[in-house]
Amino acid sequence: MVAQNVAFWIIAIAMVLSAIGVVRTSNVVHAALYLVIVLAGAAAQYILLAAEFVAWVQVLIYIGAVVILFLFGIMLTRSPMGDLDLDNSQRMPAFVACLALVGTLTALLVDAFGNSKVVIDAPTKTSVLSSDIFRLYIVPFEAVSILLLAALVGAIVLARRD
Amino acid sequence: MSVLALEIGWGWMLAFKALVILMIVPLGALVLGYTFLLKMMSHMQSRLGPMDPGGFHGWFQLVGDGLKFLQKEDIIPEDADRRVFAFAPVVVVISTFLMFVVIPVGPVAVVANLDVGVFYALAVSSLSVIGVLMAGWSSANKFALMGALRAAGQLIAYELPLLLAVVGVVMQAGTMSLQGIVSAQQNGSIFGWSGIGNPFIFTQIIGFLLFMIAAQAELSQTPFDMPVAESELVAGYMVEYSGFRFLFFFIGEFGTATAFAALAATLFLGGWSLPGVHGLSAELLGPLVLFVKLMGVAFLMFWVRFTYPRLREDQLQAIAWKFLIPIALANIIITAIIKVAF
Repeated sequence: MVAQNVAFWIIAIAMVLSAIGVVRTSNVVHAALYLVIVLAGAAAQYILLAAEFVAWVQVLIYIGAVVILFLFGIMLTRSPMGDLDLDNSQRMPAFVACLALVGTLTALLVDAFGNSKVVIDAPTKTSVLSSDIFRLYIVPFEAVSILLLAALVGAIVLARRD
Repeated sequence: MSVLALEIGWGWMLAFKALVILMIVPLGALVLGYTFLLKMMSHMQSRLGPMDPGGFHGWFQLVGDGLKFLQKEDIIPEDADRRVFAFAPVVVVISTFLMFVVIPVGPVAVVANLDVGVFYALAVSSLSVIGVLMAGWSSANKFALMGALRAAGQLIAYELPLLLAVVGVVMQAGTMSLQGIVSAQQNGSIFGWSGIGNPFIFTQIIGFLLFMIAAQAELSQTPFDMPVAESELVAGYMVEYSGFRFLFFFIGEFGTATAFAALAATLFLGGWSLPGVHGLSAELLGPLVLFVKLMGVAFLMFWVRFTYPRLREDQLQAIAWKFLIPIALANIIITAIIKVAF
């Protein structure tokens, strides 16, 4: 367990530093690239929790698709080079809002899982995960599918010009 | 872990595995580049240059090319974003290295037999797009940026058919582990006849064709080479690169081609397995068998590459979304029906 703890802290520190980089940098493309490190760190944490499939879904969907769409959008519209002045005068309100969010989430997580221990002896089998999704959680799964379908239809309606 | 009755500590085992992975990518790139790019293309297109240096069949050409890349000046454009520019080729090559982690070459000879094998390989293969986008953007060059945008659009479009083509194989084998898929093919039977096992190329021929087309697009090979189209975009995202950084992109390109060929050979042709060969002889023959199958698949890829002209950008997107994805979905449904019915 010691090795897992050491790995956790190394990854966590790298994630936090990169997350600060995302909001600190004045170049949008750099922010997106810092975000890649944060998301890869999340995937690494999933691996530490022996959730292999979830980790690689994180890599495929978030790094392989979402960040690439971010970069694609940024480059297609402006593709800024060098430092840009993207700051505005709302630093303090943003800081307060972030602090409130961190406080709420920490309180919630400690309250919900404060004393529970996760027992990890072997990687979760993908077959176990899939039978859970398609037996126990089939209703939420289908609900999410309909939500995504609605979003897809909405996007097509917004994008069509006729 | 014991290999060939030798007991090896896990630390040495890890170092050995890392060394093998580090060697196999440049080696694979070298073999494919030499056999197909220099020799096969020269024969097919009557190119005399690469057949000349060194005498016999121009064997010296590749050595000369390598030396040329290494002694060239490492140029970074003045307006470029230096750190991103320098790191971009590394991201592309890392993605290639990671793909080889799950490809098995024998019953125990695999770096990591992950439960999510195929899925992992395809997930890490998509990381190279980030390197391509980094390269295109940081070069501060219009052609490079256009190339990177084309590459990103193309790779997103063809990732779906690639994944969906593999789903049929995964359903038939009942596992995503590449070792599991190999043994499902080795121990399978065709209508009760188990002479050659059951290579999934017979039952999943549609999946194989879809996989090959989508892999060709993922590798940006002709007819899907718009991102590097030399007659329109000079060389796309690679235009500002020279010397060993360009060599990195070259190794990434051919190394990934090796990885996809090995993946196709494992998924559809039975990988390292040979009918009726088990145990120690399978362990020893495995790498050779996989190499032969891999070269066969790579031959198909490069045959197409050197034969067809380039598609147009809108045709490329239409093929992915209107043609390949519907067929892949139909293939999944048919496989599911047959799997449940029999």
